[in-house]
Amino acid sequence: MKPFTYALALGLATAQLVLPASAADITGAGATFPFPVYSKWAETYRKETGNGLNYQSIGSGGGIKQIQAKTVDFGATDAPLKGPALEKDGLIQFPTVMGGVVTVVNIAGLEPGKLKLTGEIVADIYAGKITKWSDPKIAALNEGLKLPDATITPVYRSDASGTTNIFTTYLSQVSESWKKEYGAATTVSWPAGQGGKGNEGVTATVKQVPNAIGYVESAYAKQNKLSHTLIQNKAGKFPQPDDKSFQAAAASADWKAQPGFGISLTNQAGDAAWPITAATFILVHKDAADAAKSAEVLKFFNWAYKNGDAMASELDYVPLPDNVVAQIHEEWKQVKGKDGKPVLGSM
Amino acid sequence: MTTLTDQIALADTRSVARRQGPSRGGDAVFRGAAYASALLVLLVLAGILGSILYGGWPAFREFGFGFLTSSAWNIGTEQYGALVAVIGTLASALLALVIGVPISLGIAIYLTQLCPGWARKPVGMTIELLAAVPSIIYGMWGLFIFAPLFARFVQVPVSNLVEGMPVVGTLFYARVPSGVGILTAGIILAIMIVPFVASIARDMLDQIPTILRESAYGIGCTTWEVVRHVLIPQASVSIIGAIMLGLGRALGETMAVTFVIGNANRLSASIFDPGSTIASRIANEFNEADGMQLNALMALGCILFLITFIVLIIARLLTRRAKVA
Amino acid sequence: MDAANTLAAPPAGTVPPAKRPSRVRASRRTADRSLRIACTLATLLGAIVLGSILMMLIVEGVKGLSPTLLTQPTPGPGSEGGGIANAILGSLVMTVIGILIATPIGVMAGTYLAEYGRASKLADVIRFLNDILLSAPSILIGLFVYTLMVRPMGTYSGWAGAVALAIIATPVIVRTTEDMMRLVPGTLREAGAALGAPPSVVIRSVTWRAASAGIVTGIILALARIAGETAPLLFTALNNNSWFNANLMGGVANLPVMIYQFALSPYPNWQQLAWAGALLITVTILALSVIARVVIKPQRAR
Repeated sequence: MKPFTYALALGLATAQLVLPASAADITGAGATFPFPVYSKWAETYRKETGNGLNYQSIGSGGGIKQIQAKTVDFGATDAPLKGPALEKDGLIQFPTVMGGVVTVVNIAGLEPGKLKLTGEIVADIYAGKITKWSDPKIAALNEGLKLPDATITPVYRSDASGTTNIFTTYLSQVSESWKKEYGAATTVSWPAGQGGKGNEGVTATVKQVPNAIGYVESAYAKQNKLSHTLIQNKAGKFPQPDDKSFQAAAASADWKAQPGFGISLTNQAGDAAWPITAATFILVHKDAADAAKSAEVLKFFNWAYKNGDAMASELDYVPLPDNVVAQIHEEWKQVKGKDGKPVLGSM
Repeated sequence: MTTLTDQIALADTRSVARRQGPSRGGDAVFRGAAYASALLVLLVLAGILGSILYGGWPAFREFGFGFLTSSAWNIGTEQYGALVAVIGTLASALLALVIGVPISLGIAIYLTQLCPGWARKPVGMTIELLAAVPSIIYGMWGLFIFAPLFARFVQVPVSNLVEGMPVVGTLFYARVPSGVGILTAGIILAIMIVPFVASIARDMLDQIPTILRESAYGIGCTTWEVVRHVLIPQASVSIIGAIMLGLGRALGETMAVTFVIGNANRLSASIFDPGSTIASRIANEFNEADGMQLNALMALGCILFLITFIVLIIARLLTRRAKVA
Repeated sequence: MDAANTLAAPPAGTVPPAKRPSRVRASRRTADRSLRIACTLATLLGAIVLGSILMMLIVEGVKGLSPTLLTQPTPGPGSEGGGIANAILGSLVMTVIGILIATPIGVMAGTYLAEYGRASKLADVIRFLNDILLSAPSILIGLFVYTLMVRPMGTYSGWAGAVALAIIATPVIVRTTEDMMRLVPGTLREAGAALGAPPSVVIRSVTWRAASAGIVTGIILALARIAGETAPLLFTALNNNSWFNANLMGGVANLPVMIYQFALSPYPNWQQLAWAGALLITVTILALSVIARVVIKPQRAR
């Protein structure tokens, strides 16, 4: 036993010696959805400015809890906090990037982007009311498309997630019965189908089960070359889920309607708007005691708004429109240092 | 025959009671350190139990006994019940034991009785290495490699075979042959507990004095008879302990189960259907949980401890009977 | 062991059954043969599963191997190069600290249960709670350490991660230590005591020595268990996508959380690193087990 312990101790000592020291980093935690893009930004930011930022995905709920407990410098959430909640903890909230949720199917012989669905049909499928792909409601929308007379298996996220929240928020907006029976939350009591853990689990299950339907973040559908469906938007059109239709949803939204930009981008008006679009948000403390840390966080996101759009697009995220970024800069003026001046000066 | 433990107990009390001598100080320090470590373990464990009870208490107060019998799990309406998760936990752990324990004992017997001397180390190591595989890897292996094969070669043919039959037609019928479900979770759990149970069972069998075995062989017993009548009775107490260690791992295993159980909050009579366990539900929902949902998850944690508690009491009763016999 | 095998094997195995018809009745022979076949199959099954898992890891993991894997920190999604050096180092440091905390406490507590406490009420209670904790979902242990350390300190830290791992490892060590020490024959202890050695010396130089192989097995099992733990680290050590502080304050990178996050991402370079990490962590524990067995010649109690 002894040599073993010694070997471990030696390993530990060596580890401590070669450990590179680094300056105090900014730490953030929360939503899973923006984790890749924040990581990418952090990597480039470190290379360009020498300042480190560590972001970890622990879930939106976790992000909110951690910023309230002040164990992190900023929190991140997919489901925006409401005005009173922000006031209570002295937080400000702002969006960073957007993305879409798309429905993907596994139907033999079906090309991507050919199958047309409406929000109501999707809600009925997930509620177990529409059980066959040959259902007349689906057939009526898809004349000329051969659909199998097979049972649909709806696949959902088993872990609580912002993706599910966005998806069910949309279903609640378009289907009264969905709203009444299941509502919108990070996880709901699914009446039918099968759960997969994470986007990966949903993807694997959809690929595995013939005639399954699932919902995943658009980046995921694209990278995995899954067959996506079209969904009718509020204007009655069937846009392709891509950068343009996600941005169209953001453009037609009224960001000032809620404190902290906490609006929902799902089911927005506008011919080109993808119906299941959402933004992801950052939370920082605004009171003077935490202003120094918050300033570092704001500096990072200020840099990201200026330099990060291309990186975001590459990863299939959608940058915010310029007018929204301008509004965010206004919002940032609330973060004031001990001298009463905004920590970031004028931008 | 007097068991070893009894002999040790005698030796121990005597030596402690009559101890005299120059090194008494060091002796007391050592004894104190052992005592303190034991107390520390007690404290930490009590602290964990306490914090979970504290967190789960509001849910128990809100739903009362109905928490145990309700199968609801609705965040929107704040209705929570433990039934589905409890049944899923018990079913998957039971399946794991039914599949895993015979395999483990088989391996232990193979390693100690049948395996040629030169191969014992490498083969034993191979089995032990199964314990080195992180549970998330088991989850990924279960989802990507095992589940598709299981769906194709077990679920589909079996479902076709039993469709329409009474009882088995329900128990072994997969409505969606996706390869994941309670049985898949049970199988993966079985694989995960095998190295634990097998390696301890092997050590136990090894510890049995060689002379016992030799005398049995000497009177013409076959390997099976030696195992059945000499080794198993000798090691049974310890092997039950090993099985309990495996059961413990099966009950609380999180990541691997979450990948392969399908995570549905529905009661189903078929072991091919998706379900969920207490641990998988906690893992799935903990990060986003707030308010009563968090309390309900903690309450689930309490129930898991309670289940373990009951299992251990049963194990203890079994062990006691084995000792008497 | 070998002596037993050579003694035992020939009558049942190498001698053709036909030559000894009356000595072993057919039913006994069938039962014996079934057992042999079943046991061999069980062992084969275990080996096949391990082989299949390793195969999966190698096929997927080798693609992620690169010269920078062991020298550079984790990259962003889609970035060129990068490695998992920070995660390897973080995991190593936390696992080692965790085992260094857990081993003395676990072995001493196990010693108490096996030697001093034995049948006392307190020992019974500890034994019971210890067994319960073996099955505690590790996520709840992470939460406990979060309340105990992360909240009061106001920051995530490698120390909190190590403590969480130690709490998971301890019950495994306690359990195996007690079991193995109990198997040491009382006569050995009596011999030690008869030489005038005080109990502590008897325990250290007789009981521990006799049970050392089993205790080390317990520590390795504990090590194997904590090296791959994701859930308790998520709330305590968090993770870090770059190098972490030498004082282990703030997020500390680690392999399990890295694997978990990267494997579930849609980006190929992250997925490959996750597979490479998974291969590495499994191979490392594998190597550790082998080294432990080769370096420490088992001295089994007789």
